[in-house]
Amino acid sequence: MIPVSREITFGEATLEAVREEMRRDDRVFAIGEDSGVRGGSFPIFRGIAEEFGDARLIGTPICEGATTNTALGAAMTGMRPIVGLHFADFMLRAMDEIGDQVARARYTFGGQCDVPMVIRAYDGVVNSAATQHSGAYEAIFAHFPGLKVVMPSTPADAKGLLKTAIRDDNPVIFLEHKRLLRTRGPVPDGEHLTPFGHAAVRRAGADVSIVGYGIMMSQALAAAERLAGDGIDAEVIDLRTLVPLDEDTVLASVARTGRLVVTHESWRRSGFGAEVAAVVAEKGFADLRAPVMRVAGEDVPVPFSPVLEQRVIPNAEGIVDAAKSACGHG
Amino acid sequence: MSGDVSNERMLELLLQMARIRTFEETIERLNREGRIPGFLHTSIGQEACAVGTCEALEGGDYVTSTHRGHGHCIAKGADLRATMCELYGKAAGQNGGRGGSMHVSDFGVNMLGANAIVGAGLGIALGAALSSKFHESGRISVAFFGEGASTNGAFHENLNLASSIGVPVLFVCENNGYAHEAPVQKILSVPNVADFHTGYGIPGHIVDGNDVLAVLEVMTEVAGMVRATGRPALVEAKTYRQRGHHGGDSGRHYRSADEIEAWLAKDPILRLSRRLIESGVEREAIDAVLADATREVEDAVDFAEAAPLPDPESALLEVYGGDSGE
Repeated sequence: MIPVSREITFGEATLEAVREEMRRDDRVFAIGEDSGVRGGSFPIFRGIAEEFGDARLIGTPICEGATTNTALGAAMTGMRPIVGLHFADFMLRAMDEIGDQVARARYTFGGQCDVPMVIRAYDGVVNSAATQHSGAYEAIFAHFPGLKVVMPSTPADAKGLLKTAIRDDNPVIFLEHKRLLRTRGPVPDGEHLTPFGHAAVRRAGADVSIVGYGIMMSQALAAAERLAGDGIDAEVIDLRTLVPLDEDTVLASVARTGRLVVTHESWRRSGFGAEVAAVVAEKGFADLRAPVMRVAGEDVPVPFSPVLEQRVIPNAEGIVDAAKSACGHG
Repeated sequence: MSGDVSNERMLELLLQMARIRTFEETIERLNREGRIPGFLHTSIGQEACAVGTCEALEGGDYVTSTHRGHGHCIAKGADLRATMCELYGKAAGQNGGRGGSMHVSDFGVNMLGANAIVGAGLGIALGAALSSKFHESGRISVAFFGEGASTNGAFHENLNLASSIGVPVLFVCENNGYAHEAPVQKILSVPNVADFHTGYGIPGHIVDGNDVLAVLEVMTEVAGMVRATGRPALVEAKTYRQRGHHGGDSGRHYRSADEIEAWLAKDPILRLSRRLIESGVEREAIDAVLADATREVEDAVDFAEAAPLPDPESALLEVYGGDSGE
């Protein structure tokens, strides 16, 4: 166990990762809009300019597509860019660049180049950001061969996974939930890397497996506590990386519990929960003792008014209900 | 200035253009015969743009291209056999048969790929130029694109970005008159693509894209300036797509026979051949160069015909790379 000496926020943890990797490797640079002294609305590259200067923090105009392809060209020729696209909704302005170019460059050119780049963005529902600033699109990116998709839920993972992402020779979509940015948690001192493809069992349990990632982990753990009060022992699994997916940990858990609830804040239809459910149906069907349940966002754009907004996002109560249903207590 | 070019140099330029011409005429035939799969977009008639530009570059400079990229690839020095193998979908192609005609590339000569999405090569060239700036390598990037890309948002984003952050990219628009079937006069808000240069605070030039000596002269000057200043420039080469948009388009439904004939008379290989004769070069010497090009392309075809197909299982490789690859 690595000694833990302090608690910092999720946002601070990502900045530590960027700073440490930029010190370690002079091919790493940051690029994105609002990358000046203040660093924009998010702690995406805050303070990076002060330490590393303009040469390694390229402040761009608002041009998500050009920024993404520029990072790709730099990655194909020996650099290791970290792209900041701010709200995940803005990634849709760069979908050709991410989907047609970044994801496929290595394959299209038969492995003549690596594409070591990270695209960071902030997703999810917070503070009535309304329909165009509340989206989460991990399922879209997970669909593209060639991309890796990372969704940390804790400050320690935010740091460890981002450092791993920066060292990866493939394009990594690194999605940070806006409501997690100010959450605090223990982060190990010193070199801290979290490997891809290794889910974390956040709570061990015997009756039902609750599988999710990112913002839903806090809801899943709260649900597990309430379920314990009702005599249901829930296991909570944090996938941490969607691509690569740690199928083994999920299947081993379902083999023990026989019941699966999958949760994410993004839309239910064709969401990543469907992929997890399909994997378990294909490879763990005999272990299932109840239908797989999904607890996810309603299939509507995220509305503005707080009461409307809360209506469409999943919560601990929904997970409790789904778990009880799976356990025959519904 | 172009009067200073030696006959030997002109014969080299002729050989490069003839390689591209023969290569593309050959693959057209092979595609019709079913030997080469997929869609072909040839640059027949536009060879002077690729050759005049690439001959003005240094070996380490980067090039990105369009869906019409065979000429850029060959002009940058890509191996003909490997390029032919790529078109055949053979394992010995630069991309192992994953890319084909629309994605010809050769990273060994810093040709970073043809690109089948209009306008996409601009940003990649910009990024390569950013790498050159980081490494202080003195390299520049050339982004070839068509007039059709100049009407796309990527054009604005990338020219503005390149100018605002200051990177050595030479944006080369090959205006071949038609964006697929749309004549340039109908899709452009200004008379020339080069006119956009003022909006980005960068130099802009227009050159006769069917005169390889003129292209070489302008590109030598502009590439030198891009290299010296570390800043972008825009050059528009006026040329003509002698064929249709791709192999399945004759190009004769939306263009008059007179127009096509007029441009055929301005064919870049014809013009350079005439110039060589005027400069006292014997017809035999010109024919010998054309024969060399034919021999090289025939050799590439023979090589590709005999080359093994890729193992079907290789379709599953190179999605991810590196130590953390899956």
